[in-house]
Amino acid sequence: MFEDTRSHPLNIIVCIKRTPDTETRVRIADGGASIDPSGVKFIVSPYDEFAVENALRTKEAAGNGTVTVLTLGDAASQETLRSALAMGADAGILLEGEVTQDGLATAKAIAAELEGHTADLVLLGVKAADDDQQQVGPMVGTLLGRPCVTAVSGFSVADGVATCHREVEGGTEVVEVSLPAVLTITKGDFEPRYASLKGIMAAKRKPIEQKTAASAESRLRTVSLELPPERPEGRIVGEGADAAPELARLLREEAKVL
Amino acid sequence: MSNVLVVAEQRDGVVRGVSHELLTAARTVATDLGGEVHALAIGAAAPAGADGLGAFGAATVKVVADPAFAGYSGERFAAAVAEVARQGDYGAMFFAATSRGRDLAPRVAALLDVPLAGDVTGVGVADGTVEFTRPVYSGKAIATVRSTTTPALATLRPNVFPASESAAAGAVETVSVTVSDATTSTVTSFQAAGGDMDVAEASIVVSGGRGMKDPENWNLLIGLRDAIGADVAALGASRAVVDAGWRPHGEQVGQTGKTVAPKLYFAIGISGAVQHLAGMRSAGTIVAINKDADAPIFGVADYGIVGDLFDVVPALTEEIRKLRAGG
Repeated sequence: MFEDTRSHPLNIIVCIKRTPDTETRVRIADGGASIDPSGVKFIVSPYDEFAVENALRTKEAAGNGTVTVLTLGDAASQETLRSALAMGADAGILLEGEVTQDGLATAKAIAAELEGHTADLVLLGVKAADDDQQQVGPMVGTLLGRPCVTAVSGFSVADGVATCHREVEGGTEVVEVSLPAVLTITKGDFEPRYASLKGIMAAKRKPIEQKTAASAESRLRTVSLELPPERPEGRIVGEGADAAPELARLLREEAKVL
Repeated sequence: MSNVLVVAEQRDGVVRGVSHELLTAARTVATDLGGEVHALAIGAAAPAGADGLGAFGAATVKVVADPAFAGYSGERFAAAVAEVARQGDYGAMFFAATSRGRDLAPRVAALLDVPLAGDVTGVGVADGTVEFTRPVYSGKAIATVRSTTTPALATLRPNVFPASESAAAGAVETVSVTVSDATTSTVTSFQAAGGDMDVAEASIVVSGGRGMKDPENWNLLIGLRDAIGADVAALGASRAVVDAGWRPHGEQVGQTGKTVAPKLYFAIGISGAVQHLAGMRSAGTIVAINKDADAPIFGVADYGIVGDLFDVVPALTEEIRKLRAGG
């Protein structure tokens, strides 16, 4: 028999979220506690795309393994999973349930599903582009009792240990963590790959398991949602270098910031 | 009546200034809740500056000092914070929305089984309940949220709550906690970024975009930053120049980079894509310098100069240098 010289299979689950495109114009819905979804284009949260890209590269480097994408949301999140499958993920899981501002409720639904899987790595975007709370990843890690490294800009896996780079205030940290582990991913050296036509076709045949999410009550209530206050009308101080003295004066005497 | 616990932000054994902002915000909430403000500092020893937290309103400064906390570990620190939180009657707990605070707070929330409001820019009490406001959808909307349980946890965005002194007792009290011996992640090295101030912490940011034309031209922005003062000002960058490899990702402001709220933000040669605005629209005063009078950045700027930045920036640098020299 041939000896299998490849490394052990590496199984990775990437948690992704369907979020409005950043370019979308936000309108507040009737009731004043949510946005009006009509006409809004939805995308895979950009941070989650970094997570998918890192998962695919890690699997490719290991030469053996699977990348499964998981999302919590409504039926429309199928589309979000297909986008990640088109990038190269192998399978999807749709947890049908409500996504609220309460990241802990989201984390509980995800953790309940992950209990039933043996994943070496769970990756999430460092934050969702809509809520921007930056919390679900470390909550999932804590709930599962698995170590979590946050805001990882790049990592490599060898001998059951992930070596992670984190950009923090004042410098870059290298953190070693033993698997299984949870990592939250931020922008790093790799741009997310575009789905090829072949990838998009293949994604249509990849399996998506659909199930009802374990219910977790939201305990962070949105009282209201409003458009931000308009910034006061700005002014053009002048044109070219001649305007520099006036600008400096205004910054010191009017805005009092210099 | 319940108290507010502020988890002090520290680095290298020194309390950071953002802790004073947290205390200032906590004071108003504690007053409305009829309680007092407590600060918590965790380290191998009491961090430098822990005894000064009383000046910003901490009635008690709880210090956990144990060699096990010499280096940061999210799991270990979270267990300690949660243990201290359980010992008191806390209506709210505040952390800084920094790399450290945003790593720590969610773990504490999960351990205490309470929700967390992230990157908060406003705090208050309504009907006896703590209320937070926070930007959502890249700052295109503002949500007001309330936790239906206590303590109400939040990470507070730096530079948004101006620190002010208001003396309280500030009695330092040593607290011991159970130290978990599970070491699952270890920081093996740290590379300092040349000692420059971090863009997310600076009160003045000088950002450059594609209009800078060449990475060599950053000497103009460095000159402007230095004229303002490298102790208060930091360099920022647009995504385009980071993606081009001109500047490090640590300087990127906007979506997929950092969100900043300095009192003064210079956008130089930056057109103002929505992804960039997402990271800086809550700055106090915004200055735009761009040769294109129709650039969207002028729509959010308080002051603008239309012109060639290669003429404007040196002139402005000279003016600011003169102002500074004249006091």
